[in-house]
Amino acid sequence: MEMFFSLLDSTVRVATPLVLAALAGMFSERSGVVDISLEGKMLAAAFASAAAAYLTHNPWIGLLAGMMAAVSLAMVHAFVSVTYNGNQLISGMAINTIASGITPVLGLAWFQQGGNSPQLPDEGRFHEITLPFADAVRDVPVLGLVYSKLISGHSILVYLTVLVVIPLVTWVLYKTRFGLRLRAVGENPHAADTAGISVARVRYTALFWGGILCGMAGTYLSVYQTGSFIKEMTAGKGFLALAALIFGKWRPVPAVIGCLLFAFADAIQIRLEGVALPVIGQIPSQAIAVIPYVLTVLLLAGFVGRALAPKAIGVPFVKSR
Amino acid sequence: MKFGQPSTLPRWAQLTVLPALNLLAALLVTGFVTWMIGENPWECLKLLIHGAFGYGEGIGYTLFYTTSFIFAGLAVATAFHAGLFNIGGEGQAYLAGLGVTLVMLGFDHVLPSYVLIPLAMLAAMGFGAAWAYVPAYLQAKRGSHIVVTTIMFNFIAYSLMLYLISHQLIEAGSQNPTTRLFGQSGWIPQAHELFSGLPSSPLNLCFVFALLAAGLFYLIVWHSRWGFELRTVGTNEHAAGYAGMSVSRVIIVAMCVSGALAGLSSVNDLLGSSHRMNVLFTNGVGFVGIAVALMGRNHPVGIILSALLFGALTQGGSDLSFEKPMITREMILFIQGLIILFCGALENLFEPFIAGLFKRKDK
Repeated sequence: MEMFFSLLDSTVRVATPLVLAALAGMFSERSGVVDISLEGKMLAAAFASAAAAYLTHNPWIGLLAGMMAAVSLAMVHAFVSVTYNGNQLISGMAINTIASGITPVLGLAWFQQGGNSPQLPDEGRFHEITLPFADAVRDVPVLGLVYSKLISGHSILVYLTVLVVIPLVTWVLYKTRFGLRLRAVGENPHAADTAGISVARVRYTALFWGGILCGMAGTYLSVYQTGSFIKEMTAGKGFLALAALIFGKWRPVPAVIGCLLFAFADAIQIRLEGVALPVIGQIPSQAIAVIPYVLTVLLLAGFVGRALAPKAIGVPFVKSR
Repeated sequence: MKFGQPSTLPRWAQLTVLPALNLLAALLVTGFVTWMIGENPWECLKLLIHGAFGYGEGIGYTLFYTTSFIFAGLAVATAFHAGLFNIGGEGQAYLAGLGVTLVMLGFDHVLPSYVLIPLAMLAAMGFGAAWAYVPAYLQAKRGSHIVVTTIMFNFIAYSLMLYLISHQLIEAGSQNPTTRLFGQSGWIPQAHELFSGLPSSPLNLCFVFALLAAGLFYLIVWHSRWGFELRTVGTNEHAAGYAGMSVSRVIIVAMCVSGALAGLSSVNDLLGSSHRMNVLFTNGVGFVGIAVALMGRNHPVGIILSALLFGALTQGGSDLSFEKPMITREMILFIQGLIILFCGALENLFEPFIAGLFKRKDK
């Protein structure tokens, strides 16, 4: 029982940055801009936030810096995709490469620790928050464990994600004027344009919010999870988030579920390391690590239901005259 | 898929002035970052050029890296001509390494060189092509987007190879995840062995193969029936379909050729230099290929020149990082990213600024 809950607990921990990045990708892709640069934006944010938090001893300033870094890369992507009508995939590729190049270079120049940032001081990090009575109810069967182990003891960023970001993004997408415009622009930009909506403005706004969310995701990794920036610390999480987004068919709640699923597989993988199971024997950790990617390929190929991408995705919008 | 906007400049200017300006922009940004971290950009540039071209051994290394990048660039360009963006070169090169390794581990003490090496090259091309075939098939027949699929295939290749190298192919008794050294008969002769007097470097016969491949690429893409189909599908899939071409077959064959070319880059590395396979042997060659193809505008001459540029950046960069501890390999990655941005995503960025110049000249 205890072990099961610690499995769920680590699922939540691993899933949070994935959820943030996947929702970031959703803003962008729902507006019709392909975003394979989630990885780069997260990495840049992780670096900027760790650097700022280290210098100011304040995690919130770190968060702000992370958001600014991710937003500025998002604006580069927006310039290429919206203003310039360039190739969105190449732009995303470039942003990923730039981020994995510039972060260790600046890291080495500023901190002289081989491209990583120094360990953040205690007051410069986000901490685990023990909710009230968590210790008191620990011994209550089941519910006590759920409360003290699963619900309590996360970073403020986790609570923000669960209580604010996910509901807010869902509400914005489906219930607000901006959300309606976002979806319209992603499905049929010409129709939206005819209806008097500025396609360019909607896409810029969508990428801006995507940057904000990627900034949170990166900050979570460096300022909370490890307490320092480590070279290439995103290690494919951006692509995993993209996979979850596709898995969720570009809808917020299913995408979150996809993230939880991938995170759960990850949590199991750590537990299974070196354990021999009955019948099948020892599962190599690589076999589990590969699950999300294989699932995405199968899903895209239509073997596991159809992936319904926004119709205008990846196509630059050129106003018809 | 159409990349960027059509340019109104004369063709020669499109192929020379614009890439030069884009490269200059990338170097300016790099120079700014170099200055920001407290180094002198001009001095670094001189050190870099000296490291790449200043002495014999350096030139050898530059050309060795160029070899891999030509193959990788041609690979990406083949797919581009069919309107496909192959991000999977890395995974294809990785799997190709598996083909080479299997041939070597199985036959390196049995077969003579003149059978063994061609067999290994065929295996590399076969494995690379096979790894590209699946995303190609899924794109052509099931409509899944090739970019996302090839990205996923890179990760799958990485996990698969990590497993194979650390569990199956690992040298008995070794702690490091690498295979045993291949037998001498599988080593592709290096330049300094063929011509005595040349400085020692891993530059090998594959360089000649790469130039041959570039020549063949030119002939096939611009002077063969299949090349015409390839470019037609790349320009307008629907028109190609109406003209009676089998779009899906062109897509699949193009991707397989692309994968096979990407695979040859690992022959250069495995049989020409390291003579064993370790976990990270591809070292991003598939991604460099994207930058090379974009900068070379998918033309073999451009690809050879930009592969040379990236070879020089790689070799000069590693020399530079010895001299300047503040500048690491990642600086090259950063430049690579900027080149992808300026030469790929923003390829005609400076067009409006210089279009005026050309117009005035015409009158």
